Amino acid sequence: MRQTWRSYVPRLEELAHTLGLNWSPVIFEAVPDSFMSEIAIYGLPVRMPHWSFGARYIYQLVQRHMGYSRLFEVVFPGNPGHAYLASSNGLADNILVTAHVLGHADFSNNNMLFRRCQEQVSEHIVEHAASHARQIERDIEAHGTGAVEQVLDAALSLEQYVDVDQALRRERYAEYLPAKVPPIDDAFRARYASLDAGAAAALQPRRIRAPVPPHPERDLLWFIANYAPELESWERDIFLAVREESFYFYPVFATQIMNEGWASYWHARLLREADFIPQAAYLDAIKCHSDVVRPIAAGEQVALSVNPYHLGFTLWESVVEHSGIDVARRIMCEDDDFSFVRNHLTREVAADMGLFRFQSQDNGQIKVIAEDIDALRESLVGGKYNFGAPRVAAAEVRADGTLVLVHDHQIDGSGLDSERARMVLQYVQRVWRRPVLLKTVDESSRPLELAAAVSA
Amino acid sequence: MNTDEHEAGHRPINGWYELFSRGSRDWLRHSEKVREAVREHLPQIVAEADIINDGARTVRIPVRMLEHYRFRLQSRGNAQGVGQGKAKPGDVLGQAEAPAGPGQKGAGGTERGGIELMLEFKVDDLIDWLWEDLQLPNLQTRIGATEDSDWKREGWDRRGARSRLDRRRSLREAVKRRAHGASPAGFTDEDLRFRQLTRRRQPATRAVVFFLLDVSGSMTERDRHLAKTFFFWVVAGLRREYRYLETVFVAHTTEAWEFNEADFFKVAGSGGTVTSAGLAKVREIAEARFNPASCNIYLFYASDGDNAVDDRDPAHAELETLGKLARYAGYLEIAPNSHRSSPTEVARLFDQMAAGGGASGRFPVSGPDDIAAAVRHFFSAEAQAAAAAAPAGGTP
Repeated sequence: MRQTWRSYVPRLEELAHTLGLNWSPVIFEAVPDSFMSEIAIYGLPVRMPHWSFGARYIYQLVQRHMGYSRLFEVVFPGNPGHAYLASSNGLADNILVTAHVLGHADFSNNNMLFRRCQEQVSEHIVEHAASHARQIERDIEAHGTGAVEQVLDAALSLEQYVDVDQALRRERYAEYLPAKVPPIDDAFRARYASLDAGAAAALQPRRIRAPVPPHPERDLLWFIANYAPELESWERDIFLAVREESFYFYPVFATQIMNEGWASYWHARLLREADFIPQAAYLDAIKCHSDVVRPIAAGEQVALSVNPYHLGFTLWESVVEHSGIDVARRIMCEDDDFSFVRNHLTREVAADMGLFRFQSQDNGQIKVIAEDIDALRESLVGGKYNFGAPRVAAAEVRADGTLVLVHDHQIDGSGLDSERARMVLQYVQRVWRRPVLLKTVDESSRPLELAAAVSA
Repeated sequence: MNTDEHEAGHRPINGWYELFSRGSRDWLRHSEKVREAVREHLPQIVAEADIINDGARTVRIPVRMLEHYRFRLQSRGNAQGVGQGKAKPGDVLGQAEAPAGPGQKGAGGTERGGIELMLEFKVDDLIDWLWEDLQLPNLQTRIGATEDSDWKREGWDRRGARSRLDRRRSLREAVKRRAHGASPAGFTDEDLRFRQLTRRRQPATRAVVFFLLDVSGSMTERDRHLAKTFFFWVVAGLRREYRYLETVFVAHTTEAWEFNEADFFKVAGSGGTVTSAGLAKVREIAEARFNPASCNIYLFYASDGDNAVDDRDPAHAELETLGKLARYAGYLEIAPNSHRSSPTEVARLFDQMAAGGGASGRFPVSGPDDIAAAVRHFFSAEAQAAAAAAPAGGTP
């Protein structure tokens, strides 16, 4: 009786291969529920210690006691990939979860955003994160909890400020402005040069130092790691470790709807086509499937959020139905959530799903507003731009070392929450070790310059 | 729901994660930080903790979970979002609970509304924190006074009581002997080392602190409570700091009485105020029981500052006499409105004393939040410097 669900793994894998999925090997491991919830909080099986994870951990414990979500699996892409299954899963759950994991593995092995980030980070993020954690433990021994925490407070609060369009191991800015292209040597210039040797020498272009940063820099983790005036090398390593993990997290974040939808599509299809699964287990698994991709909590009429599993699943079903699996595979390789939702959430699909936009009124009431498919799509992906964070970039380092950050309030549509921003500036100032300022706007869109909060 | 993996019995431990919870570790660190944060807000806690009445050894304090801050947009009143279900434009779907849009919960959403924790603090810890770096002002070693004898560790011997065996030292001796190759035995009796104690005579720093409280009719229940809270923290801190400390508690209206500690914290009174009566009582007790040559005498007086006008001269005289006996006299003025234009009767008395070179100080408190500041005012190094600048009388 032992290992029953494991005996289905090779058979499901074989079926998946024949249906065209391809992936790097995945190591399956059953782990206690407590470990599952830790993975969900830390985002990685072994990750650096920080008190904010502790706060999330307790928050989740409280929620779980209140009967919220239960986690079936967590999968990490890589070669090999790692899939952790909750050991409280039943047989049917695990068959379903195995099929689901294969869908994820196929996705992360083929989606371009995933591939690009993995090429940067390597296919061993689980191991890298563990070694970051070990290094940080050593830093704590060498420099004390307080000093390390101060760096992590800053680095983790800027976790989303990376630029995945640049290389992970990125060169520093050029130190000098590019030399001016010398004017074409024409007869006039030749004659002029021959007039006076001294004047010709004066024409030699001088090298001009490039300002730092030469353009607003949105990769704040990289910028601080490289240009903070007095950063210790171990502090820099912590910033770069957090940045590397963010490079790993970005595709997970930016393809969540597609990825979960793809995995759900494939677990449903694999189960449907797997004739080797006992009838009872199949029925249980299908019931579990419908719970996972359920749009609205049981007994409710409407939900004020959209279940990404359900959205992604429905979109993939519609794509496969209208264009066939080969087109769906190409879309899977090329898209991310932004293009996926914009291109494939049609008016018909939205209507079938019963998606609607709502707006909370001044009196606190929530009102359904007029249909508008473009606005609906934007609302669905709007929170995902820029890693889900307000657009803040490093704009200038002044002569006295002051770092000036600028918030792009025009694109974000409003200013920053100034209390929180001041606290973040305080974190940053402790590692930048010079004043740190932030330009944004207040509630009435008037320019506002914030400085770090003063420590209590 | 159990899978086969979960069968009891010979199941090996799957990995380190069955033995160790990172979530709990980081939670402990979070709680530690909460405690540090609480420590920074000590004055409020000192003010709020009602320790006098229930005599508990611990205080429970509600705290909020810490937030790890990130940049966030200003919360907009009219948030938009996407929902799903049977709804058509114009429908009203009840009250907003979470105005955040769908994307707001992205990586690292930190909104965790409303989880409040109750942390329990030991009163002893609070005293430690409050009394960090504080001490009695102007405390002097009294020459020729009784000396305290104390046992101190000093040196080692090969013989001694079993309980004083110094294992580490003995082990070292054994290692040394074996290194010489003298004898391969693990331990011999010769290796054993015992800690020795010697009697040390130390100069005495005996001190007596008088707590004088005005309980006349003008002192309201709240005023008395403020004064007593101040006294509580002072007594608790001094007891922690000084081994040989005596305390005397006196309350007065137009007359004065000595109380034991427990009764003093319950005392209430009514009637007029004659400060000189209280001061006289303190002086009598000081003269009768404590020799200023061998003992540091302190006075802390709490009052609302009102005193009978015809008591001005007697009170002045009493305070002057006391000033000669005492190392320091502190006056805590319970002033509900601290913006008084002119000093009160009692404040004027203490000002006169300070002007005359007496080591004294006064501090107004208008509410519970000032208590911690008052304690710090009287017992911080600065207060001592001020007191030292005005040398007290009574030095032999």
